[in-house]
Amino acid sequence: MTTTAPAAGAVAPRHHTPASRPSLLRLSGVELRKLVDTRAGRWLLITIGLIAAVVVTLQLIYAEEADQTFGSFFVPSLLPVGVLLPVLGILSITSEWSQRTALTTYALVPRRERVVTAKLVAVMVAALGSVLASLALAAVGTLVASATGGAGTWQLDGSLILNAVILQVTSVLMGAAFGLLLLNPPLAIVGYFLLPTVWGVLGEMVRPLRGPSEWLDTSKTMEPLFSSDALTGEQWGRIVVSLLVWMVLPLAAGLFRTLRREVS
Amino acid sequence: MITVENLTKRYGPHPAVDDVSFHCEPGTVTGFLGPNGAGKSTTMRMICGLTAPTAGRATVSGRPYRELPNPGREVGVLLDASAQHAGRTGREALTLSAYTMGLDRREVAAKLDLVGLNAVAAKRRVRAYSLGMRQRLGLAQALLGDPRVLILDEPANGLDPEGIFWMRGLLRDFADRGGTVLLSSHLLREVEAVADRLVVIGGGRIVAQGDKNELLAGGGTVVRARDRAALRRALEVAGLSAADSSEGLLVQADAEAVGQAAADAGVALAELRPASGGGLEQLFLTLTAGESTKEAVR
Repeated sequence: MTTTAPAAGAVAPRHHTPASRPSLLRLSGVELRKLVDTRAGRWLLITIGLIAAVVVTLQLIYAEEADQTFGSFFVPSLLPVGVLLPVLGILSITSEWSQRTALTTYALVPRRERVVTAKLVAVMVAALGSVLASLALAAVGTLVASATGGAGTWQLDGSLILNAVILQVTSVLMGAAFGLLLLNPPLAIVGYFLLPTVWGVLGEMVRPLRGPSEWLDTSKTMEPLFSSDALTGEQWGRIVVSLLVWMVLPLAAGLFRTLRREVS
Repeated sequence: MITVENLTKRYGPHPAVDDVSFHCEPGTVTGFLGPNGAGKSTTMRMICGLTAPTAGRATVSGRPYRELPNPGREVGVLLDASAQHAGRTGREALTLSAYTMGLDRREVAAKLDLVGLNAVAAKRRVRAYSLGMRQRLGLAQALLGDPRVLILDEPANGLDPEGIFWMRGLLRDFADRGGTVLLSSHLLREVEAVADRLVVIGGGRIVAQGDKNELLAGGGTVVRARDRAALRRALEVAGLSAADSSEGLLVQADAEAVGQAAADAGVALAELRPASGGGLEQLFLTLTAGESTKEAVR
């Protein structure tokens, strides 16, 4: 028996001054908390951290000693983390529907676009956090390398950090966009990973698609972000075009759908 | 205060809610009655801005729900006790709501205490909660922002008799202090015991609404005499229609008219009283039986 005899205390409707609406900052804080307050969410974040740590460890063991630099620890950890971040984005949006907490969330904040904005802010903060974690782990790797005979040089281009931020923030937003559009965790996860892959394969196989694929396949357009070379105007253009299709479009359509959907 | 004006919701050609209007005054408990599938939950979701109505409007404290700046401080809503994240603890679920509304964290402990969820239960994940515990958690969530209005969909579901009794007292007390309560149920006894007003819905339409006592008074009068045939003749002479029942004759008139008819004919009565027993249940069944049958064969 886990319910005690309820207190006889009464509940009186209090006449307070009309409460102000919750700020976006407050709502974002709530959404950040939701990312970590379940076992599933916590483990997803822990897994992301662990994978980055494993990548750094593997490099300490197998990379050439001359290549054991801060930059070469940092860059490879971005890719596996960038694969899992979208899952975080997807789950942040879709778990409200799969766990049916949308009923409470949207009863407390009926302006749904504010909740969606707060969720996007929260997952972007998580993406920034992942870049910081990658930097921290790369720093640990560099320290260990310099102690064990690796190069251990600390040089890192500022542009590389900026590229990493763009990479991780856009990938978490792409995931969130798919979540908003499909509103169902398995569907959104499968859709997110399958569609660009199918597109990539088609782009390779079907000759007329090869040209457009240079502009629309995010795995190709985002590739230059992994290097420290300054991006050309055309490379930026390709990134923007591919993000329009895989991020902005599903975000807009998903927002439209979420605002109208019946919550039950 | 809740005002519902001509709310209609269609799914395709099928109207789930059809031109529903009623209002709930401060200081009263309104029972929202109807069989399953009658449109109670859809109506409540429309009031709370969770479902867009096809036509009509609803306001809470004078404003459409979606325009309330911080709804949780004005209206406590419990639409489905099972709609909680299974992986969160009860305390965490309330804490998230408290942060959203900008409340002090102490409110969480106070409301958990109020609904009788102790520290052990509060630390457990909702997955492990019984339906009764989920209802209590949902009620704590609805009461969290100290609202003036409560909208509760089947809150007695899954509560044990002691819990039902307790909740009845809590809602009565809330209304007596000036709060507005809208409470849906298909458990007639539950509503009969606590409501001041009734709104009965069947097949998406309101089939009866008004003061509980007035609606119940429509149940007729039970009258019994040793000479049943003489009594029947006396009632016929007075123009009152009578139906046989296990307890005597059931007459659709008040006791005074029936007594006068018997006295005029010189029939000695053995019993004369308002029809009870069935009470609201009788009313409810009469009003909704046809509708729910239609619902079932549709």
